[in-house]
Amino acid sequence: MLEFMQQLVNGLSLGAIYALIALGYTMVYGIIMLINFAHGDIMMVGAYVGFFSITVLGSNVVVAMLFAMIACAVLGVVIEKVAYKPLRNSTRIAALITAIGMSLLLEYLTIFLLTPQQRVFPRDVFPMHNYHLGGLVLSNKDIFVILSAIVLMIILQFIIRRTKTGKAMRAVSLDQEAAVLMGVNVDKTISITFAIGSALAAAAGVMIGIYYGTINPLMGIIPGLKAFVAAVLGGIGIIPGAMVGGFVMGILETMVSGYGNSMYRDAVAFGVLILILLIKPTGLFGKNTGEKV
Amino acid sequence: MQGILKRSGKFITEVVVLVVFFLLVQYLITAGLLNQYFQINLTSLCINVILAVSLNLINGFTGQLSLGHAGFMAVGAYASVIMTQMFNMPFIAGLLGACAAAGLAGFIIGVPTLRLKGDYLAIATLAFGEIIRVVLQNIDYVGGPAGILGISKLTTWAWLLGSVVLTIVVIQNLVNSSYGRAIISVREDEIAAELMGIDTTKYKVIAFVIGALFAGLAGALYAHYFYIIKPETFNFLKSFDILVMVVLGGLGSTTGAIIAAAFVTVLTAALQSFPAIRMILYALILIIVMIYRPQGLMGNKELSLKTLGKIRGGNNGSSANK
Amino acid sequence: MALLQISNMDKSFGGLTAVLDFNFFLNNNELVGLIGPNGAGKTTVFNLITGVYKPDQGEICFNGQNIAGYHPYTICARGIARTFQNIRLFKDLTVMDNVKIAFHKDVTYSFLSAILRTPQYFEGEKQIEEKTLEFLKIFQLEGKKDELARNLPYGEQRRLEIARAMATNPTLLILDEPAAGMNPQETQQLMELIQWIRDEFNLAILLIEHDMSLVMGVCERIYVLDYGQVIAEGKPEEIRNNKKVIEAYLGEEVE
Repeated sequence: MLEFMQQLVNGLSLGAIYALIALGYTMVYGIIMLINFAHGDIMMVGAYVGFFSITVLGSNVVVAMLFAMIACAVLGVVIEKVAYKPLRNSTRIAALITAIGMSLLLEYLTIFLLTPQQRVFPRDVFPMHNYHLGGLVLSNKDIFVILSAIVLMIILQFIIRRTKTGKAMRAVSLDQEAAVLMGVNVDKTISITFAIGSALAAAAGVMIGIYYGTINPLMGIIPGLKAFVAAVLGGIGIIPGAMVGGFVMGILETMVSGYGNSMYRDAVAFGVLILILLIKPTGLFGKNTGEKV
Repeated sequence: MQGILKRSGKFITEVVVLVVFFLLVQYLITAGLLNQYFQINLTSLCINVILAVSLNLINGFTGQLSLGHAGFMAVGAYASVIMTQMFNMPFIAGLLGACAAAGLAGFIIGVPTLRLKGDYLAIATLAFGEIIRVVLQNIDYVGGPAGILGISKLTTWAWLLGSVVLTIVVIQNLVNSSYGRAIISVREDEIAAELMGIDTTKYKVIAFVIGALFAGLAGALYAHYFYIIKPETFNFLKSFDILVMVVLGGLGSTTGAIIAAAFVTVLTAALQSFPAIRMILYALILIIVMIYRPQGLMGNKELSLKTLGKIRGGNNGSSANK
Repeated sequence: MALLQISNMDKSFGGLTAVLDFNFFLNNNELVGLIGPNGAGKTTVFNLITGVYKPDQGEICFNGQNIAGYHPYTICARGIARTFQNIRLFKDLTVMDNVKIAFHKDVTYSFLSAILRTPQYFEGEKQIEEKTLEFLKIFQLEGKKDELARNLPYGEQRRLEIARAMATNPTLLILDEPAAGMNPQETQQLMELIQWIRDEFNLAILLIEHDMSLVMGVCERIYVLDYGQVIAEGKPEEIRNNKKVIEAYLGEEVE
């Protein structure tokens, strides 16, 4: 039983990270119906910005995370304007292919500019400290990750539910045309959505750097995919769904790793994805709306 | 009667040209006039053409975005190698086995997946492609992550050219028929197609299986030329390579796929020492093509003697699939 | 026996009831109209008949057989063809190819024949080519046979869509707002075309229309739908004076 609880706790940190990344996927899909393939790589860029902030500027973890979030918010907005906006009226396949191209561009530009070598996050920026809670082991990294994630999610919920911007975001994701007629600046709203989603991913990237210790240019691919599955699991386009999905995926992966074969850890994500798509593509919280003929 | 004579004449001309071309290159190879580098790239070109033309059937003509094509290549490669290396069967059996195995994989994956639409279908095929890779990585019988080494070099120029010609002929003949029109109607407007009496799911699966089958053939040819295969060879980046060819050439043009395959092969060879730059270039190609010329090089037009004649005569606008 | 008989058909989407207790019949060679305010559920009824949606309840009997829930391609094979409110032509294909596809369900050569290019293939293609040209002639689109469908003027696109539907050899032709976007002159031509099709091909026609001149001028019987339910049924003169119908349309100009 204790073992189980320990696995659960381990899964929470991983889940928190997945949830943050998943939120970006789901928000973008909700607003422009695009699977932003490059999202995982934005997370990677965030990790690198955080890394350089710590090693070059000597900042602490929180400042590094803020830098990363700002940098990636800008990056996300630029990518949208340059690559996705021109395709807003094209087929979704065209937009998807462009997103794939953008993902690879980010990855290989990073490899080209910064070499494919992995970088090690300096240990002393976050000295490890274990807490013992009734038999369970919790490191301060766990606590940091989980708490930061929760704080960010609360802020996000506040923005979505209590601000005019959030209202605009919800309006555009429900019906873009109607939102325009209601005076919503759709371009600005989409940009803000990308900015927020990218910022969250950047935070996740820095957390991964702190938690796992190393970063490399291709680090966005697998976690990006798993976070995407999390978003689909919760119901793509549905924000609480992404949060729940993220935690579920994190816990599931830790369980499989702990109890089963860790070789198949990555395959679990693919398996879950296939299952969702075949059984209930709209996800846990999704509604079924057929195509209007 | 006149039609049959005209058709026979055209057919014989095409066969003669092909045979001459084959003999010419074969002579160059046997006489040692083509160096190793050239031969490797010629082989890659043929394999890429088969991959691009077969993926184009699925993505271009049927309009279903499949991102896991490399998975079928893997199935074909491994199946053929098991047959020729572990069971000492002749090469032809290996090739046929590759086609059968890949086709079967296409069917098993296609039936559940092709019910999904657009992005969901794309992601599902991507996932399946990766699942194939992960599964192969965990089967010790085929060497796990290290793969299989020392595969006999059974792929010759004859097999390569023959396979390329077979792929192009089969797919073009399919496309230029009522069945081809049915497949294309699925791309154009699924609901309208259904209401015209076309079982769209059936045709999606057919196109998917045929595409997979030829990818398997390409995989078998690849394995028996490059000595080594391992699961990592057939990852998403490989699928992506093939996607670049199809997108660049024009979704729905076999000629475009062939030209783009040639272009990509040359680019790969030229940038061999700069893999990062090559990937950056591919990524840029994808993005720029999609934004500025989504129909790729050829759109959905084909290059034929008729079209060339029309271009010279100052008249253009040949219909799709002439 | 009615050609098409629908009994007690219901359809809801989530919490929204689109069609409720729909009863309907149509005989061979009849020209029937389905009218009602926007959102009344008319296109939903068409989608249910042609298999795009599956009814929650009820029977749709065509030629004596219940086709409710069948795939659209099966229903097409049984003899029901349709056109769409917003014209669903294969826009990037030629006029010829659009109609040729209608003949695919009865193709006379096999898949293998196509790949191997046997004599059956050439014979079959010739037949399809000839039948297509015939149809294009009948609908006066022969001159534009190699034009891309997207390049045709609106009126001709409509005609092509109807020609394509007719090429599937239906016993019942369903037209969804065929006069949408047409001026009075085009509408008059359309009316003549519809009547001519019915007489020439000896089939039944069911149409949705908002243009009352067309409906009253061409339909022998009319059903009126409001909020998913039939509120009136009868001959044009009866419908024109029906109080419930006028109420449902309150605010709309009846021409």
